[in-house]
Amino acid sequence: MKKIIEKIGVPWLFLIIVGLIYCVIAIFNFKAAVAGIETFLHLFIKILPTLAIVFCLLFFSNLLIDTKTVVRFLGRKSKAVSWFIAVIGGIISAGPIYLWFPLLSDLQEKGMREGLIAVFLYNRAVKIPLLPMMILYFGFKTVAVLTIYMIIFSLLNGYAVEKILQRTKRNKQ
Amino acid sequence: MNLKKWKKAGRALINNSKMSLPILIGVLLLIGLLNTAIPKDFFSKIFIGSKLFDPLIGALFGSIAAGNPLTSYIIGGELLNNGVSFIAVLAFILSWVTVGIVQLPAESLMLGKSFALVRNGLSFIMSILISLLTIVTLGILQ
Repeated sequence: MKKIIEKIGVPWLFLIIVGLIYCVIAIFNFKAAVAGIETFLHLFIKILPTLAIVFCLLFFSNLLIDTKTVVRFLGRKSKAVSWFIAVIGGIISAGPIYLWFPLLSDLQEKGMREGLIAVFLYNRAVKIPLLPMMILYFGFKTVAVLTIYMIIFSLLNGYAVEKILQRTKRNKQ
Repeated sequence: MNLKKWKKAGRALINNSKMSLPILIGVLLLIGLLNTAIPKDFFSKIFIGSKLFDPLIGALFGSIAAGNPLTSYIIGGELLNNGVSFIAVLAFILSWVTVGIVQLPAESLMLGKSFALVRNGLSFIMSILISLLTIVTLGILQ
C-alpha cells in the first residue's frame, strides 16, 4: 500500500479518493453528483484568474526571491514589520484561501515562519470589498468592532500556532 | 537575468503545480458536493435557542460550510431575522471565513498536518471568543 501511495503521490491519491466519492454518490443519486460537478465547474472558472496570478507570483518568487531573503525578512528572526506585512498581505490578497496554499508552501520551504503564514491566512477573512455588504447586514459599529478584533486575534493566532508547533517539535525530539 | 535561473524557476513552478493542482481540484469538487448536499435553509434549523450551545453550534456549522463569505452574511442576516442570537450568528460567519474543514486536507498536504490542525483548532476557539468580545464591546459602546 505504501509503495502504491509513493508511486501515485498523496495529492493524486486525494483526487482519486474524491473521484471515488463522486462515483459512489452517482450510483445512489446521479442528479446530486451532476449538480456537484456543475458547482465545481462554476467555481473553477471563477477562480481561474486568481489562480493565474498566484502561479505568476509563484514563478517570480522562485526567480527573484532566494532562501536567504525569505529567512532574513520572514524567518525566525523577522521583525515586527514582517507581522504587519503578513496582516496587510492577508487582507489585500484576493480569491479563496486554498489558492494561496501553493505559494505559502513554497515560502515555508524557503524558511518563512509558521506564525506569519497563520497571520496571513487568518487575515484572508477580512474582506475589504465585502465590507459594505457586511455593514448592510450587521451595521457599521458591529463590523468595525469585529474587524478590529479579527486583526488583533490574527496576531494572537499566529503567535499561538508557532508556540504550540515549537513545543510539539520539542516534545517529539 | 540568466537563462538558467528562468529554467530553474519554471521547473519549480511545474513541480509545485503537479502537487497543488490535484489538491485544489479535489477541494473544489468537495465544495461542489457540500454546496449541493446542504441547502441554504438548513442552517436556520440547526439552532436550538440555547445561549450556551448556539454559539458553539454556529461555529461548528460555519467551520463545515464552504463558499463565498457573502453567502455567510446573507445566511447570517436570515438567521437574525429568524430570532437566532447575535453571538451565534457572529460565531457562524466568523468560523465560515476563518476555519476550513473542507480545505483541511489541502492545507495539511501543503503546509503540514500539525500546522493545519493547530491553526484551524485555534481559529475555531477564537471565532467564539471574538463573537463574545464583540457583543460585550458593543454593549459597552451603546
